[in-house]
Amino acid sequence: MSRPALRAVDTAEPVAPAPAPKAEVIALTLKPKSAGLDWLKTRAVAVATAVIPPLLTLAVILLVWEILCAKPGATLPSPSQVWRDASDLILDPFFVNGSQDIGLGWRVLTSLQRVAIGYGLAALVGIAVGTIVGQSTWAMRGLDPIFQVLRTVPPLAWLPISLAAFRDANPSAIFVIFITAIWPILINTSVGIRNIPQDYRNVAAVLRLNQIEFFWKIMLPSAAPYIFTGLRIGVGLAWLAIVAAEMLTGGVGIGFFIWDAWNSSKLSDIIIALVYIGSVGFILDRLIAGLATIVTRGTAAN
Amino acid sequence: MKQVPYLLIEGVEKTFTRGGTSNNVLSNINVGIDKGEFVAIIGHSGCGKSTLLNIIAGLTPVTSGGVLLENKEVNAPGPERAVVFQNHSLLPWLTVYDNVRMAVDKVFRGAKSRAERHEWTMHKLDLVHMAHAKDRRPGEISGGMKQRVGIARALAMEPKILLLDEPFGALDALTRAHLQDSVMQIHATLKNTMIMITHDVDEAVLLSDRIIMMTNGPSATIGEILDVTLPRPRKRLELVANPTYIKAREAVLKFLYERHAFVEAA
Ligand SMILES: Nc1ncnc2c1ncn2[C@@H]1O[C@H](COP(=O)(O)OP(=O)(O)O)[C@@H](O)[C@H]1O
Ligand SMILES: [Mg+2]
Repeated sequence: MSRPALRAVDTAEPVAPAPAPKAEVIALTLKPKSAGLDWLKTRAVAVATAVIPPLLTLAVILLVWEILCAKPGATLPSPSQVWRDASDLILDPFFVNGSQDIGLGWRVLTSLQRVAIGYGLAALVGIAVGTIVGQSTWAMRGLDPIFQVLRTVPPLAWLPISLAAFRDANPSAIFVIFITAIWPILINTSVGIRNIPQDYRNVAAVLRLNQIEFFWKIMLPSAAPYIFTGLRIGVGLAWLAIVAAEMLTGGVGIGFFIWDAWNSSKLSDIIIALVYIGSVGFILDRLIAGLATIVTRGTAAN
Repeated sequence: MKQVPYLLIEGVEKTFTRGGTSNNVLSNINVGIDKGEFVAIIGHSGCGKSTLLNIIAGLTPVTSGGVLLENKEVNAPGPERAVVFQNHSLLPWLTVYDNVRMAVDKVFRGAKSRAERHEWTMHKLDLVHMAHAKDRRPGEISGGMKQRVGIARALAMEPKILLLDEPFGALDALTRAHLQDSVMQIHATLKNTMIMITHDVDEAVLLSDRIIMMTNGPSATIGEILDVTLPRPRKRLELVANPTYIKAREAVLKFLYERHAFVEAA
């Protein structure tokens, strides 16, 4: 007798089984209002469970960092020091005080523009070539070992060759993005194409789908989960590469900003830039993952 | 002049060659099938039933011999020989409706208007009692429902011959009985020619006009063909005590377990 009563009092518990039927009884009479409230409550609980733990972790990290770096003679600035030095960079990402003195938001956008071009090209070429390679056993045998070797070349190793070929910083940076991001996209696409089940090929054969119909209606959707895995790895690599490439090529990107700050010993600026880079990388990854769940919905379930 | 049957399978021979070793699966298969006939193919696992069906479908090329449908040689797959595959093979990213609609659009583009194609799709889904689930995806429906959609998709192509490869093999007995009734109903309504592979003796006797019994591989061939003369419509409950039914059942069982017992099994 006492157990259900206790549970009913504890309404904040997210998976309390007892109150559920009660809420349904109320829902019959006061449908719109209580259903909305219920929905809000479950949403609030979901958001809280997703947001509170990382915030707590962050607070602990900042605290430890503050304790370690607050004493005199510390080599790195403490969080409070960073805030004092560079709060303007955090508070206003989009200021313009002259051609080289602009907000980090603008710098990130410049870098993102390069990534967009290089990554977009890598996606197009990677999916196209991956499709061709995946369809042909001989192309696979001939090209796959070469791709596997090229894949392991670090992004920056491409930069000198790229600079020599393009004789300009901007296309070189874009090329480095392209050549870094393309391998996982290409390799995953070809694996996805190779793994199209024979059943789907039989269906296409019975329906007499032509090459173009087969590509759009069977191949792409069937390989989509693989392609998106490649796209997701690719976008992460692209973002890694752009920062490194910009450090060497200069310009107004976020990578060069770090290099510039290092040369003028503005450690606090570098730390803020790191936070920007991390956040943008995280958002890019989430974007592709979100796109993948929308596009491939249902594909995995079979 | 002797009349050529609707579907003629003549001297079909199939040998798979892989890396130097060759495996003669089918040998000297000869049979004619009439329009509107329901034929079951029964035989032990691995004897080459699917291979034979795929040859009729045009999905597998013959080593020698040939298949003639309405006196024209079959050498490529096509919608006039629709296949219901053993593992349903619905496209998981399409809804039930879109799986059928895709076939309808491909086969009747030009011949039917958009509205007619929609009507046609819904009619086929109705025929297999799946219209209620038209917006669900294959991952969200049961195995029996998937096979129903597979049958609807095949019927939607308005095939001359419907080929079914152990369509109910993976289903429980109750679902299987429901689907058998559905297939009998469809056959009675549309009067189309159907060839169905099965390893279920009761299913073969209940559904078919003739049962093709295959010997064991390698080099499997047609061992015997049994005529099932039971009148239609057939009711499974009434058949249990029917002497013709019992005799047919016994004949198939004797073929499978006495004369052509599967030696590798047990
Ligand atoms: N594509 C193929 N390549 C090589 N051997 C095959 C192929 N398809 C089937 N076989 C062989 O043919 C034989 C008959 O297979 P199958 O027709 O699937 O038998 P069933 O459907 O009667 O169980 C098996 O021994 C199988 O290994
Ligand atoms: Mg088989």
